[in-house]
Order: sequence, then C-alpha cells, then structure tokens
Amino acid sequence: MVQARTLNVDRQEELAAYKGEARWRIFWRRLRRSKGALVGIFILTLLLIAAIGAPLLAPYNPIKITDDALFSPGFPYLMGTDQYGRDIFSRILHGARISLIIGLISVGIAAAFGVLIGLIAGYYGKWVDATLMWVVNVMLAVPGILLALAIITIRGEPSLANLMIAVGISGIPTYARLVRGSVLAAKENLYVEAARASGAPTRMILFRHLLPNVIAPVIVAATLGTGTAILAAASLSFLGLGSQPPSPEWGRMLSEGRGYLRDQWWISTGPGLAIMLTVLAMNLLGDGLRDALDPRQAR
Amino acid sequence: MFRFLLSRLVTTVPVLFGVSLLVFMMLHLVPGDPVKMMLSEFQTSPEQVELLRSQLHLNEPLPQQYGRFVVNALQGDLGLSIRSKRPVRNEIAENLGSTLQLAASALLIAIGIGMPLGIIAALKQHSWLDIGPMIFALSGVSMPSFWLGLLLIFLFSLRLGWFPATGGGDLKHLVLPALTLGLGASAIIARLTRSSMLEVLRQDYMTTARAKGLNETIVVLRHGLKNALIPVVTIFGLQFGSLLAGAVVVETVFARPGIGRLIVNSILAKDFPMVQGIILFTATAYVVANLLVDLAYGLLDPRIRIG
Repeated sequence: MVQARTLNVDRQEELAAYKGEARWRIFWRRLRRSKGALVGIFILTLLLIAAIGAPLLAPYNPIKITDDALFSPGFPYLMGTDQYGRDIFSRILHGARISLIIGLISVGIAAAFGVLIGLIAGYYGKWVDATLMWVVNVMLAVPGILLALAIITIRGEPSLANLMIAVGISGIPTYARLVRGSVLAAKENLYVEAARASGAPTRMILFRHLLPNVIAPVIVAATLGTGTAILAAASLSFLGLGSQPPSPEWGRMLSEGRGYLRDQWWISTGPGLAIMLTVLAMNLLGDGLRDALDPRQAR
Repeated sequence: MFRFLLSRLVTTVPVLFGVSLLVFMMLHLVPGDPVKMMLSEFQTSPEQVELLRSQLHLNEPLPQQYGRFVVNALQGDLGLSIRSKRPVRNEIAENLGSTLQLAASALLIAIGIGMPLGIIAALKQHSWLDIGPMIFALSGVSMPSFWLGLLLIFLFSLRLGWFPATGGGDLKHLVLPALTLGLGASAIIARLTRSSMLEVLRQDYMTTARAKGLNETIVVLRHGLKNALIPVVTIFGLQFGSLLAGAVVVETVFARPGIGRLIVNSILAKDFPMVQGIILFTATAYVVANLLVDLAYGLLDPRIRIG
C-alpha cells in the first residue's frame, strides 16, 4: 500500500516534470510530505515575524532599566521582568533579530569560503587540493568551539562581530569538505568536459556548471548549520565571550538569569526555550530539505 | 596492518604540524602589539612590557621563535601563564583529571542511553517507540547544554536538594555535569545508531539469517547490531573531542574545575600562553584519539585497512 502510494507520487512528479512544471514546485511537493519540515517552517515564520516586527510588537523598550525588577510572568509583563526591570518578552523578540542575524551571517561566511575552497580543491586537484585540504584538516583538528575561542582571543575584545567571524570561520571546513567531495564526482561528467572543450573559462565552469550541481547538500548543511551557529553563538555569549550587555542576546540573557534561578526561574526559561525552538526548527527544516532534495537519502 | 598504520601516521603528522603553526601564529595574528594586549589589564611600565617581550622571545625572527616553540612543546614545555606565573603544563595537568572524568562519564551516559534508544527506534520504525525516542533525540540535539545544566540545577539541587549545584571533587559533584554533557551526546548517538541499524536491517544477510530459522534476538544482536556498530564506533572518537569542547560550557555552568573553565578564564584574562597551551594540548589529544579510533576501526573491519 505504502509502496503503491510512493509510486503514485513519483508518477505525479514525472508528470509534473513532463508538463514543464517548475523544479521548485516539485521540490515543494516533496518538502510538504515531511511533517517535521512544516513544523520547522511554521516556527521559523513566527521567528521571522518576531525579528522583523520586534520594534512594533515589543510592548516595552528591551534595554531600558526600570524599577519593575523581578516581576513574575502575567500582567502587565507577559513573561516577567529581569533584575533590571526589563520586560523579558520584549527582550526575546529583539533577541530573535540578533540570533537570526548571527545565524545567517556566520553561515554566510562559512558557506561562502567553504564552497569556494571546496570548488577550487575539487576542480584543480593535485597540490592545490592537497594544500587546501591540509588547511581544512588542521582546522578540523581543533574542535569547533575551541577554534572559535582561539579566534575570539586573537580578535581581542569579545563582541558580536567577532563572535560571528569566529563561528563563521570555524564552520568553513564542513562546507569545504562537502563541496570538494561532490566536485570530485561531478567534474567527471560529460557536460564539464564539453564546457572545457568549448573553451569556457574556469570561472564559468566552476560557478555555472559545477556549483549548481553540488549545491543541494550545501543548502541542507547551511540550514542545519544555521541552527548549530545560533547554538554556538549563544554558548559563547553565555560564557561572556560574545555579545555584551545590555544586548538582548538569548545566550547572554540566560547567563544573566543564572543567579536568580531559585526564585525567578522565568528569567532564564524564556531565552532557553527560544534558543531551543529556533535550533529545533532549523534541524527539522534541514532534515526535511535533505529528504526533499535527495530522495535516496530519505528514511 | 602495518601499512595501514604507517599511512595513517603519515597523514597525522602534517596535521599536527599545522596545528602547532596555527597555535603559534595566534599571538602574531593579534592586531597591534600582543604584549600590550596581554598586559592591558595591569598597570605596567615600559620596562615590564619589554621584559615580557623578551621572556616570550618576541624579538627573535619568526622562524627561530617557531622552532623554539615546537622544540619546547615536544619536551612538554608550554611556557608560563601570565596570570599565575606558573608553568602552563602544570596547570593543564592539575585540571585534566577533572575534565577527563567528566568527559568519560558523559560518554558512558551517552552510550548507555543513546544506543538502546537508537536500536529500539530502528526495530520499531514508524511506531511510537521510534517517534518518541527521535523526538527526544531531536530535542537533545537542539537544546543548549547551558540551559539543560541550569534546568538540572534548578530541579535536582535547588528544589530536590539531591546533588550540589556547583564545584568539583567527589562523585556527587559529577552527576549533574555528566548528565548535562551526556544527554546531549546521547541524542547524537541515538540518531546515528538508528540510521545505521536501519541500513543494516535492509541487508540481504539479515534475510538469510532469518531464513535459516535463527532466533530473532540473535539475528538482531549478532548479525544486525554488530554491523551497525561500526559507524557508531567511529563517532566515539569525534564525540570524545566534542565532549572535551562541551566541557568548556558545562564546567562554567557548574563552576567545576577543569580544562574548559581554565581556557575561558584565560581568554577573559588575556593569558595568551595559557590559551595557546590548552588549544595545542586539546587538539593534539583529539588528533591522537581519532588516530586510535581509526586504527581500532581498521582492526574491526578488514575492508578499511585493505581498501
């Protein structure tokens, strides 16, 4: 029964392709089959609304210190206030903005450099490959957070920018290895040889012919990687090595709530839940994307 | 086997060389004067700055500095901490035991919880026994360890009073940090065991085993699990590295002495020799651990050492 349904779905896709239906529509149909991915998209949509609309949606100023310290959740403060009298709900909304920006920029840095290194290493091979992969392996030899810590140390003062650079750089090896592997296989294809024979410049072969054919796993890795980056950044901020007060960064907020755990549990609960839901959504969407982009991997 | 060992060693040495170069260059990649940065929190005279510069041999040409760094590191000399003025080696040695204890117990918890969950989920695919553990695993992967740690402190030490919230020393102090670190890792192991087991369950030899009338338990354990474990074992090496890194956060949450807390405090104090020493030591330990896992893997699976 299940098999019959799968066949049917594949047939639908074939038909759609035959009718010249856009590729993304086929992709969307596959993605829709994953309940997890839909939950992920739903959470991320809410998060995006929070991030974009924070100044309008937040009932209070997220960084203004007031006399209403340590109010418990309810009225007038939905999620309570912290030790400085700041509304936690407003801080979480504004924090969504920071977390999403951290996630996107760090992954942007990691993916841009990683893909470039992977393309070049895989395409040129020989000593170029050996040298670049040596660098990548050295980076991999230092566990992620330690590499980020090393970069933060080098950069001097802890700050949001340094945090994004650190998390971004420590993510490069993943993409470099992923793309290199795919390029090694893809460059043997006839279309690459044809492009080379017709005198296409290397840049064009790399970006027009090879890149689109190896991008699917990168998209999956970048989605999962955004979650990991947000988590890593929150950890570093929690340690005091990322964004600095009074920024409503979630990891930082959790760290500030530590001393009030016994009686004012809500100070750290809100940001903790926010981080977890965001990372969960990224993981759910990433898993769904993997199944939709590469049906052979689907389980 | 000897050739396999040799080939793995040949690839490991350049990586270790690279790590030493990276750690050495840390000091020289600092924008501006590294010595002034290190001393920025102290009131210092120009003489003291010069003294530290010459103590760190920063006036010598770079290749000579690097040569000295490597020769010293090979002899276990990682320099002096700027903060405590004690040898970095001694400080690492004093804190290592606590971190290893934490990482090892976390790994045991991770295997003890993750593997059975993964196996059950694979055997009962699409049932609640699959969905339940996988929701647990997904939440575990997404949960920030520092938040999990705080929740455990809230429940087990502040409310129930079963375990101390902070500090190190006896077994009671170990339980909550080990659980915090282990639960996150168990989620990864559960997901991996499940997918590896699902792969194996589809193999022809499983059908053959069943067809010859073997007891289902034997089929699953002897034919299934044994083969499914190979990729799981490799991840142990990687996991051990990430457990060591995870210790950075967990040790800070529980104010537990260890390498992780040492490096965070050293970064905040701009104690460069200490940070360099810890990163060099940890990365080397990580590379060696992975080499050992690779060798064990080669012993377990002949296809790897021949192929």
